[in-house]
Amino acid sequence: MMTNPTGRITQGQFSFLPDLTDAEITLQIEYGLRKGYAWSVEYTDDPHPRNTYWEMFGMPMFDLADAAGVMLELQNCRKTFPNHYIRMMAFDSTRNVETIVMSFIVNRPANEPGFGLVRQEVNGRSVHYTVHSYATDKPESERYSG
Amino acid sequence: MPKSMYAIPGAPVPKPETPAGAVAGSARTVGEVLAESQVEAVFEELDRDLVGLAPVKQRIRDIAALLVIDKLRMNLGLAAQAPSLHMSFTGNPGTGKTTVAMRMAQILHRLGYVRKGHLVAVTRDDLVGQYIGHTAPKTKEVLKKAMGGVLFIDEAYYLYRPENERDYGQEAIEILLQVMENQRDDLVVILAGYKDRMDTFFQSNPGLSSRIAHHIDFPDYAVAELLQISERMLQAQHYHFGKGAAEVFERYLNLRVAQPHFANARSVRNALDRARLRQASRLFAERDRVLGADDLSTLTPQDILASRVFQTSNP
Repeated sequence: MMTNPTGRITQGQFSFLPDLTDAEITLQIEYGLRKGYAWSVEYTDDPHPRNTYWEMFGMPMFDLADAAGVMLELQNCRKTFPNHYIRMMAFDSTRNVETIVMSFIVNRPANEPGFGLVRQEVNGRSVHYTVHSYATDKPESERYSG
Repeated sequence: MPKSMYAIPGAPVPKPETPAGAVAGSARTVGEVLAESQVEAVFEELDRDLVGLAPVKQRIRDIAALLVIDKLRMNLGLAAQAPSLHMSFTGNPGTGKTTVAMRMAQILHRLGYVRKGHLVAVTRDDLVGQYIGHTAPKTKEVLKKAMGGVLFIDEAYYLYRPENERDYGQEAIEILLQVMENQRDDLVVILAGYKDRMDTFFQSNPGLSSRIAHHIDFPDYAVAELLQISERMLQAQHYHFGKGAAEVFERYLNLRVAQPHFANARSVRNALDRARLRQASRLFAERDRVLGADDLSTLTPQDILASRVFQTSNP
């Protein structure tokens, strides 16, 4: 059975929708800035669901007033990592919240091989299950190259 | 991509397709655009709050006129490229460069040229790093903060230090140039500084000079204007000139203008602050006197006459 027939990973907001256009991303960023969130850009080539901390692209952007600054950073990241997963994260610094409140993917590789289920037999008839990303079978430089 | 079948929260509701050639906006006369954008309120405020500065006000009017006409052109479907509005403010100390820059952000926002209308005021320290590789992220961070508003670089000539060829200022200038050119709609840059030093700065950075469309020179104030400014400053602090004090202050200004290191409105502010000090110690000396609101807010001629300026000029 295929759990994800579209062959796209679904993490964070809007991930079941078609890819957001730049205009739509700008609207989301504006919304976050109005709420006082600090945006940051992160990228990875290993989209395993337990891979929580992706690589930061530059610093989180505090004290911004307009989405153009965040978009500038996103375009730089796309130029540097055209075939990686890139996501936008909004950090809410309100006392006692202090956490990520928005997160959505804005860039994906053209071909996403997806995940396989690995069964490991242990202790007699017990089975341990784990999710394995096909992309990570290849060395870092060759993942998502085509 | 086909028309989206979903609605993104916050997205504007798409308008029904208008037939080709239809007008986007309704305003057809200058008056209608002005009424929409409250530009005239801005002009009135400018005339009311800022004394003198005729060339500056004229240039702001010209820019506003261009933006209004552009809006009319856009309503008729004529292509209008966003004009470059980067500016340089030159003038002697205290001629109101910073004050006008603060206003400019607000004005451009009301005219609909910048989206947010905030002002980020920086100096060399905020742009230039201390070691290799420090400058670019620092400058970019400031630029990102200023997007959608106005970036005001005070004493911009400090960015370029010809005496030190390893100075990182040049790197900041290059990044600045790139953003000024590529992201004209997102950001307006205003450079400010003293006239002579800015001239040498622009001579050594011709690329910067040619990317700035508006070189505005701030003239020195006349004595009558300085007097007007002083009255406004006092009013803002709930003070006023007592009987004869305004005339004495005018005499003071006439003498002070001729002296070195005269910094226009800033010198006026300092002179008034010193007069307030003298008034305070004058009242302080009279321990048993009952002081009313009028006593506490009046500057008398003797508060001003005690100034050093009168002593040095009448030996």
